[in-house]
Amino acid sequence: MELLSGGEMIAQALKDEGVEFIFGYPGGAVLHIYDALFKSDGGVPHVLVRHEQAATHAADGYARATGRPGVVLVTSGPGATNAITGIATAYMDSIPMVVFSGQVASHLIGEDAFQETDMVGVSRPIVKHSFMVRHASELPETIKKAFTLATTGRPGPVVIDIPKDITRPDEKFEYHYPESVRMRSYSPAQRGHTGQIKKAARMLLGARRPMIYSGGGVILGEASDLLVALAKHLNYPVTNTLMGLGAYPGSDPQFLGMLGMHGFYEANTAMHNADVILAVGARFDDRVTNTVSKFCPGAKIIHIDIDPASISKTVPADIPIVGPVREVLTELIAQLDKIQAGEPEPLPDPDALARWWQQIEEWRGKHGLWSGRRYGESDYIMPQQVIESLYRATAGDAYVTSDVGQHQMFAAQYYRFDKPRRWINSGGLGTMGFGLPAAMGVKLAFPDSDVACVTGEGSIQMNIQELSTCKQYNTPIKIINLRNNYLGMVKQWQDMQYEGRYAMSTYEDSLPDFIKLVEAYGHVGMQVRKLADLDAAMDEAFAMRDRLVFLDVFVDPMEHVYPMHVAPNGSMKDMWLSKNERS
Amino acid sequence: MRRIIAILLENEPGALSRVVGLFSQRGYNIETLNVAPTEDPTLSRLTLTTVGDDKHIEQITKHLHRLVDVVKVIDLTGGAHVERDLMLIKVRAVGAQREEIKRTTDIFRGQVVDVAPNVYTIQLTGTTDKLDSFVSAMAEMDILEVVRSGVAGISRGDRVLRL
Repeated sequence: MELLSGGEMIAQALKDEGVEFIFGYPGGAVLHIYDALFKSDGGVPHVLVRHEQAATHAADGYARATGRPGVVLVTSGPGATNAITGIATAYMDSIPMVVFSGQVASHLIGEDAFQETDMVGVSRPIVKHSFMVRHASELPETIKKAFTLATTGRPGPVVIDIPKDITRPDEKFEYHYPESVRMRSYSPAQRGHTGQIKKAARMLLGARRPMIYSGGGVILGEASDLLVALAKHLNYPVTNTLMGLGAYPGSDPQFLGMLGMHGFYEANTAMHNADVILAVGARFDDRVTNTVSKFCPGAKIIHIDIDPASISKTVPADIPIVGPVREVLTELIAQLDKIQAGEPEPLPDPDALARWWQQIEEWRGKHGLWSGRRYGESDYIMPQQVIESLYRATAGDAYVTSDVGQHQMFAAQYYRFDKPRRWINSGGLGTMGFGLPAAMGVKLAFPDSDVACVTGEGSIQMNIQELSTCKQYNTPIKIINLRNNYLGMVKQWQDMQYEGRYAMSTYEDSLPDFIKLVEAYGHVGMQVRKLADLDAAMDEAFAMRDRLVFLDVFVDPMEHVYPMHVAPNGSMKDMWLSKNERS
Repeated sequence: MRRIIAILLENEPGALSRVVGLFSQRGYNIETLNVAPTEDPTLSRLTLTTVGDDKHIEQITKHLHRLVDVVKVIDLTGGAHVERDLMLIKVRAVGAQREEIKRTTDIFRGQVVDVAPNVYTIQLTGTTDKLDSFVSAMAEMDILEVVRSGVAGISRGDRVLRL
């Protein structure tokens, strides 16, 4: 058996685990590890970010796009605390990630040593689990446990805190990386309960106004093909959450669009009127349900989720099914077949379903997002037009990351994602500054694919230093800045709820010249002010295959995102459809 | 409704803080908390009491299960169980009070475990209600200090909480 130091074990274990990239930033407490990585022959490549928050977002973007865990390495103290926002982002969206944080030497812990922070304590509420390594010989098993926990069951971030002395080069121990590990207190469900699945199949077939409401769990559980198979089998309408976009093809006629606060009129209205809702890998978030007590009053709810704590948390489920979405959907489809084959009458009732579709088409025709132009006109480019131009230029096949705000909602609404893992955004935590580093992580994973980051002037400045990382590692992403000179979503709420008092939501004349800025970082900047120039500029940007292009598009500063749920006290069907039109 | 939740926990550093943190994070209350190692040194047994309706308790137990350090969880109040709280109470005892305090202690089947010229220290075990009643019965006296262990609970009969 090999004898390795703690630092060498980490380098070797990452290789044995098949890790493709480490995103990180060195510092005192992790120097032994960095030295081991440096010396490691054919070791895992490391991406040096410019701020640890970006390391976590880049690893996160990589994980969302590939389905493999993102790996982060940061030093103790400020390195660790800078990573916190990114860990919380991954936690809220159940993204697999393993974060190695350095810690001061064991004998200094608790003494307020230089760059000491209780990382296990600070990160506790935002990790799936965390470890403090007490001896170098524990490293291989601890690392295997961390990867196992991060990627199985409901995925999430795992922190491994490593005191500096554990990694010292002069103390070597036997190294053997385990194939698998068992934890007596950890056993995520391997399949759903057959009795519950049978009941669910019967309820689904008896539905007269059914809806399939699916979320990020379908993407995490790699079950998009089965979701499509189920929806096609039944000819039932489908809506996706913000996190679930792409799990069902956005351009399919059975797709009613996103639901929730900025969901499509047809999706929200159909949900409100449904009699049976099949929720798959979704968690009835407050941004979906609006007022919980008014949520879908006539609906029976079947809820499939890997995490029992997500079931009946906000909205009680009539038929809860705990299990991995792939296994449960496979069994559900088989049960549907069996019941349908055994019944003399066709199930579901074809007349009821036809009437339901007719009703949905009526809603679609009246206020649907694709029923003609849903946004106004002005001398400016409308932000929605920018997303439509992006969709056209990339043939709907790009990886699109976003930051948080109006631009995020416009991208979610107007870019019809046909494939899972193409829409990369911070849905749960809503982290501004996510888009650029996430795009970097995606581009490293898929260097030959188009990767766009849709952003705004507020968000992009929260991690703009990563333009430097993009230069170093040659990640030619396209940054589409919807520039309205406001914190757009804040301004929208101030327009709607605070009589237009723009408290701290404008930059006045302080915005940088983004073109010069990106040029200073060695990239290409382009400015677009006229609609007539938009498509050509977009095409030109994507034609520059090997350059990062920052497209600064001046858009209408007064535009709002619609539909928007009426709140407080509104139901799913209560929406603003424009500044002066309600559902 | 008051509930007694029993947990088998990995006897690892930080495990208890994960349980306690969960309660504060999600806005649940802990009324009492009692934790100690079991006959298996790798496991701790934790008993906590909290107040909530069925939905609430269901969420609490589900979230407890999600913690990787939590091995098993049961709601003891769901079945027949024995619960005990231990109290040590120090009261000023002078003159005629000494006899009165001793008598009340006997009625509650408590013991005087330490005697000083002006002070009795009394030990009492029982349910939370019994201990509360004793404190009420002593209301006339000058109570100097009260310390309680928090509820420890176990199921009656064959039902066991183990690996």
